[in-house]
Order: sequence, then C-alpha cells, then structure tokens
Amino acid sequence: MARELLKGNEAIAEAAIRAGLDAYFGYPITPQTELLEYLARRMPELSRAFVQAESEVAAINMVYGAACAGKRVMTSSSGPGISLMQEGLSYIAGAELPAVVVDVMRGGPGLGNIAACQSDYFQMTRSAGHGDFRPLTLAPATVQEAIDLTGLAFDLAEQYRMLVILLIDGNLGQMMEPAELPSFRQNVSATPEWAVDGAEGRPQRIITSLYLQPEALERHNLNLQKKLAIIAEREQRFAGLYLEDADLIVVAFGSAARVAQNAVEAARARGMAVGLFRPITLSPFPMHALAHLAPRARAFLAVEMNAGQMVEDVRLAVAGRAPVRFYGRLGGVEMLPDEVLRAIEQAMRDTRVTTNGARILNAEVRR
Amino acid sequence: MIAEECVYERPTGLTAAHTHYCPGCTHGIAHRLTAEALEELGILERTIGVASVGCSVFAYNYIACDFVGAAHGRAPAVATGLKRVLPDRIIFTYQGDGDLASIGLGEVLHAAARGEQITVIFINNAIYGMTGGQMAPTSPPGMVTTSSPGGRDPQRTGYPVRVCELVAQMDGAAYVARRSLHNPAEIRRAKKALRTAFECQMNGRGFALVELLSTCPTNWGMTPVDALHWVEERMIPVFPLGEFKGGER
Repeated sequence: MARELLKGNEAIAEAAIRAGLDAYFGYPITPQTELLEYLARRMPELSRAFVQAESEVAAINMVYGAACAGKRVMTSSSGPGISLMQEGLSYIAGAELPAVVVDVMRGGPGLGNIAACQSDYFQMTRSAGHGDFRPLTLAPATVQEAIDLTGLAFDLAEQYRMLVILLIDGNLGQMMEPAELPSFRQNVSATPEWAVDGAEGRPQRIITSLYLQPEALERHNLNLQKKLAIIAEREQRFAGLYLEDADLIVVAFGSAARVAQNAVEAARARGMAVGLFRPITLSPFPMHALAHLAPRARAFLAVEMNAGQMVEDVRLAVAGRAPVRFYGRLGGVEMLPDEVLRAIEQAMRDTRVTTNGARILNAEVRR
Repeated sequence: MIAEECVYERPTGLTAAHTHYCPGCTHGIAHRLTAEALEELGILERTIGVASVGCSVFAYNYIACDFVGAAHGRAPAVATGLKRVLPDRIIFTYQGDGDLASIGLGEVLHAAARGEQITVIFINNAIYGMTGGQMAPTSPPGMVTTSSPGGRDPQRTGYPVRVCELVAQMDGAAYVARRSLHNPAEIRRAKKALRTAFECQMNGRGFALVELLSTCPTNWGMTPVDALHWVEERMIPVFPLGEFKGGER
C-alpha cells in the first residue's frame, strides 16, 4: 500500500471497510457527513449493508440489531446526533454487544455550530447513556492514526463485547493528509456463540439488557465492572514527547495535541524543559503513566478545545502531587500554537520547584 | 377402553413457561397464533423475534425462537439491522400500541417506507398496560384511563391514531391487515393474516404489518367477557377490520 492524500472522515470509512465492516447505519450531520456519503457508495459495491436511517435514534438501534447477529457494525455522528444515540448506546452496553461509533465533534451545547471542538469528552468517556457503564474511547491525532485505531476499535469491540468510540473533532474529520491504508482483512465470519441467527438445531438464544430482579442486575453490573477493570489494566494507551526530562508536562489529545506539540517544540527551542503527554485511550484514561510522571513534574498543563473536561482526569491521575493548569478555547475557535506557548510560559512563571522537592504555585508562596 | 386422541396441544413454537399475563388478556392468543404460523410455515428455526417494551417485553420467554429485546418503540429499527445482515432469516417484531403507535411511530413508518422485509405484529389494546393503564394514542374518545380520568377528551388530547391506514399508504408496505381477537371467527382470520404476513416476507414482497385488536381487562376495569364485548362495541367502530393492502381480492 502506498501513501495517499486522504480526508479523515473518508479514511476512517475505508479503514472500517478493510477491517471487515459488515453494516453501516447513519444519519447526515456536519462535520461527519463525508463518512456516510463515502460508505453510501462503497458498501453496496461490496454487497455489504448500508442504510441511511430516518434519525440517529433509528440508526443506533439498527446498529444494535446488526450487532445482535455478531456482525461488524458501525455508525458515525456528531454531538447533537450522539445525544440522540445515547439510548441505543446504553442498550448496546447493557446487552454487551460489539459496536463502533465515530463521534466527529463540533461546538455545543445545543445546536452550537459545525466548527471543530472537543466538547463531547465527558459524554464519550463517562457513561454515554443512562445506567452504570463506560465505553472504550480512542482519540487519534492524525489521519494515519485514525486509520490504525479504526482497525483496533473493531478488534477491541469484539474482544470485549464492548462499545468502542472513535472520538475525533471536525478538524481531523475534514483535513486531508498523507496516510497509508491497510490491506483488506480476511475475516473469519463464524457466528459468535452468543449471537442470534435462528435457533436451528440448538436452544433458543435471547439478547436483552433486561434483568428484572435486582440481584440478577447487580450480578450483571458487577460483571460489566469486572470487564472494565480488565480493560483499564490492559488497554491504557498514550504517546509521549520529551517526557524524559520534562519539568512542565502538557497534556492534550486529538488535534489539540498537534497544536500543543508545536507550542512544546517552540518552548524547547527557548530552553524550557517542556514535554507532551498525549492520551490515545481517553477511556480508560492512561492513569498509570501520568501518575508515574506526577512526582517528578513541576506542573501539568491540560490543553483542550473545550471548557476543561479531560483536565479532570489529569487531576485524578496527578492526585494533588503537582499543580494542574488548564488552557482551552471554546465554541470551535481554532487554538494557535502561540497562545498555548504563552500558557506554557505563564505556567512556568507561576510554579517553581522548592528545595524539599514539593511543587507549589508561586502564588501560594507569595501568600 | 376408549383410545385417547390428542386434539389440542402446545405448538413447538411455544415454550412450556406459564405466561405472566393477566386473566383474560389476549396476548396469550396472539403468542399462540404467532407460534403456530411460524411452525406451520416451517420457519421457526430461521426466525428471530424482536421483543418491545410493554407487557410483551418477555415475549422471548414464551415464543421458542431466537429473540432480541429492543428499546421502547425501536423494534422496527432493530429488525432492520438484523434483516440487513441476515437477509435469509425471518425477522418479526411484536409491539404494543404505546410502543408502536406513540414513541415508535417514526420507526415503524420509515421501516414501511423503506419496504424493509420484516413482519410487524401490532397488539392494539387501546391502553398502556405495563405502566398501569394510561391513555394510549389508540384510546377511543371517552375512554377512562389513569391519565384521562374524566374520559379521553378529543378537544384536549386529540384522536386515536389508525396505524394500518397510515402504513397502508406507504409504497413500501406490501401487506397490511387489522384483525381482532375477540371471538373464534376473528381469531381464525387473525391467524390467516399472520401467515400471509410471514409469507410476504418469505417471498420477498416487502414490509408486512398485522394489527390485532386485543383486550386489557385489568386496566380497562372489566371482566374478561365484558372486555371482549368492549372490543366489538367500542374499538371496532374506531378501528375497522380488514386487509388494507396486499390481501386477496
């Protein structure tokens, strides 16, 4: 395979096809629509299922149905549509079905706008619907990584019978950059032992999220939590830059991490010991690695295209062992490397390392 | 000695479980007719049912085929997902009037519009049963329910939704019929309609829907016998029986 100039949304669509996507159900919404349009053309060419649903509510319930048959199935949307899908996401989680959902984030709340934003972090890493569950959430920062993580998303979804979210923003969905697609996977399409396909020569199978007896539902919930604990142990992923000697650690995901990287490079050029920590799994958040860095960092700076959502996970990981600062732009305003650099410089000025190794804010010293 | 001859038994399409339905409820009849139709057509082992939210939420405990439980009103969307990836299987939904005619009206109309090759069994008993007897979109004017305690007043709550008439005008709908379960003659017609609806899917003719007028003695506050009379006197005038599309001419 050669490197080609690919648009994020279309690259994810083609990567899903090559990962063995059996069925796609979606509804138009900016900035993800190219994904639906691409699959509207490609899926019928390959005799695979494609339906433009009447709503996101219907689309996610079609995903639920196809997932019940043990097929590789995907939908995509953006914030307002993802909100409508939360009903189905919860049922998918409750029934332990494998499914991949792409959220190409835009500005909110409400209708908001169609500019790139990261304001669905809470929605897509916490419960993503009613009830007690979390999805597995992947956040690529380049078109190439989006392609790679699309394949991984299907594998993880099947391995854990789990809802997997691919969380990108409008920038990554819309941008074109050179990337290489994988070759087509040879899927073994054996029906999983839990899937429905007609009870021929075997006992009836039932797929439901209904457990009317509280004790039975508690057992089911404990099993879901056990699975999440295993995932949290095994699947934390991140990328690091200059972390070995970093004094100040910038934490950012997705396209904000690319802007932050420019700022980190500029800070390095000015002699500042700054590093970049980029979570690739947002749920589970790479707690272990970040917690490991906490004792030797002077401070952390979370940079996000929202009002400060991931920063809460950073604070949980750092657990008070270093100051955690936040810098963000809201409403789809594009963040520039210069403003992140100023936030880095400000954080460096505001913090110092004390002789006994404790990290404190200068403001606190002055008081 | 008189030799015993079995003249009536449980169809293989029904499990041995006792149902949770109230005395006089016609869900049991509808389940049996569905199971008989699947068995007689020889499709029980390649059929997947989609249960909905309401009294029939546990349909999978009684009808002995593979089953999936859907969110409230979404069964036709779930059935669409199943049918598109398993085109050689028979997919049916079993939905009540709150599920189908209220919260799920969009899903069923669009499944019909797309001509999805699925069969919808629609139980219309004019009330929300599981939640304790609230007004449904199918409650006739004047009907007393817990959420229309003075009787359904069309000035404030509008008029009943006639699902068959709505669905029949969709080009994608191939077979649409309304039958009733209030007497033996109508029960036989209901069975025939269910068979036709499944055959419609087997022959790839398109979307099929069978509405079955049903009773809810508990929430109607009637004896089972009075409930059967109420279907005839109060429901059929609002919901006329017949084949609205694709029937025998």
